Amino acid sequence: MSENTTDATLAEYCVTACADIFTGAGEIMASPMATMPLLGARLARLTNEQDLLITDGNALILADTPAIGKVGPVEGWMPFRKVFDVVASGRRHVVMGANQIDRYGNQNLSAFGPLQQPTRQMFGLRGAPGNTINHATSYWVPKHSTRVFTETVDIVCGVGFDKVDPANPAYDDLNIHRVVTNLGVFDFGGPDHTMRALSLHPGVTPAQVAENTGFPVADLDTAPVTAAPTAEQLKLIREDLDPRSFRDREVRA
Amino acid sequence: MARDKTSSLDEVIGDLEDGMTIGLGGWGGRRKPMALVRALARSDLKDLTVVAYGGADIGLLCAADKVKRAYYGFVSLDSAPFYDPWFAKARTTGAIESREMDEGMIKCGLEAAASRVPFLPIRAGLGSDVSAFWEGELKTIESPYPDADGRTQTLIAMPALKLDAAFVHLDIADVHGNAAYTGIDPYFDDLYLAAAERRYVEVDQLVSTAELVDAVPRERLIVNRMNVDRVVHAPNGAHFTFAGGYDRDEAFQKFYVASAGDPETWAAFQQRFLDVDEATYQNEVTAWHAEQQEEAR
Repeated sequence: MSENTTDATLAEYCVTACADIFTGAGEIMASPMATMPLLGARLARLTNEQDLLITDGNALILADTPAIGKVGPVEGWMPFRKVFDVVASGRRHVVMGANQIDRYGNQNLSAFGPLQQPTRQMFGLRGAPGNTINHATSYWVPKHSTRVFTETVDIVCGVGFDKVDPANPAYDDLNIHRVVTNLGVFDFGGPDHTMRALSLHPGVTPAQVAENTGFPVADLDTAPVTAAPTAEQLKLIREDLDPRSFRDREVRA
Repeated sequence: MARDKTSSLDEVIGDLEDGMTIGLGGWGGRRKPMALVRALARSDLKDLTVVAYGGADIGLLCAADKVKRAYYGFVSLDSAPFYDPWFAKARTTGAIESREMDEGMIKCGLEAAASRVPFLPIRAGLGSDVSAFWEGELKTIESPYPDADGRTQTLIAMPALKLDAAFVHLDIADVHGNAAYTGIDPYFDDLYLAAAERRYVEVDQLVSTAELVDAVPRERLIVNRMNVDRVVHAPNGAHFTFAGGYDRDEAFQKFYVASAGDPETWAAFQQRFLDVDEATYQNEVTAWHAEQQEEAR
């Protein structure tokens, strides 16, 4: 067991919190959609989740666990149409970004404003509806603010827990597992599947989270401090996975 | 001897009519049938419905005011600044009707059309705002088979995405419509062709059948001549997206986005790169790159 360290940066806490998203995931495809969760998924694969499948973000399944931006030996092929087969199979955990998330886990990355005449256009729904209804989904939010964590989202792309019809088994696999932000780690284990604080990063206060969230967060006052990266994790992050410190571009210390 | 389907871009456009539903192959900023899209953009055709994993193809057609309605899972340039400016403008001005959906639903809808069934069931879409986008056009279907616990699954009944025409860009083909991709991903091009009445393939390399089957492993021959009506030889036709033989032209894509920011710069872009035939377009792109290099010195 490595000793916990104290000189870790905020970005390094975020990487390890993103790695912890995959704890217990087993032999499934990890699909991180940003730098921080990508580092987290690779860190998990180098430590306690060695059976995870990871890709190059295009169509190749990587045999090894290279540094960010690098490719190494390949173990398989995963073109887009096969990704949709994996989505439908449920053997996947995606970490998406979000322009908005509400207290039940509804997420928006499509557009702001009315559906047919938005005020700002983003990507569209992408794979969010299919991801959330089929398999574990988590979110990474580099700047935790009331703009992101809103009372209601403009367009429901990722499905939240209040949309579940318990009489319809097609909703049974909805699983919004975690939200990791620059302030802390959250899930939807609060009353009626509402957002709950699991831990706050060192130096972050409950008041700071409350001020930057557009709805009440369960267990905010009792949330512990996020676990520090171990010496082994820090070495892997700094020397092997991200020697050029891309992680610091996503969060400000 | 099978038919020679070699055609010009104009012959393809001549087959089409106002109000058609056209599927555009590729994915985001990847192997898009841009030569055909450019020909469509400068044609007189109007009120089109497009179906796509969208990129600058939808953007250019929106810029030319050709799109009445769009079926898409996303629109992305795949590299910074990611959001297509002309699609964004068409959306924020309410110029197009959106039938936005989950990405997996497009594959499902094309498969339904290819199999000549009216719908296929899919989970994706349930609980999200997909149904709101579809304004009553998207329905659900209850399974006739209950689950083991006695409850019954109700799923999205994804309607067949039947296309009047499909445009795809492939890397290599023969004159009869046998065709292959050489890159890392076939995307969904065979499905677009299988879902369409009129099927159009543009290719970088037009070779003999023997050369085609020698050039690639069998598994890359994703399109056969049953599903192709015309073949257009369009070298670099996927530009400025990437194809099997060349990278995305990131500099030119940035120039496209920057040009869209202002009516004057767009008029200049349009005059030089869009109000011209394909050969002129390709020459002007080469000339533009030479100018950029000159300026960088």
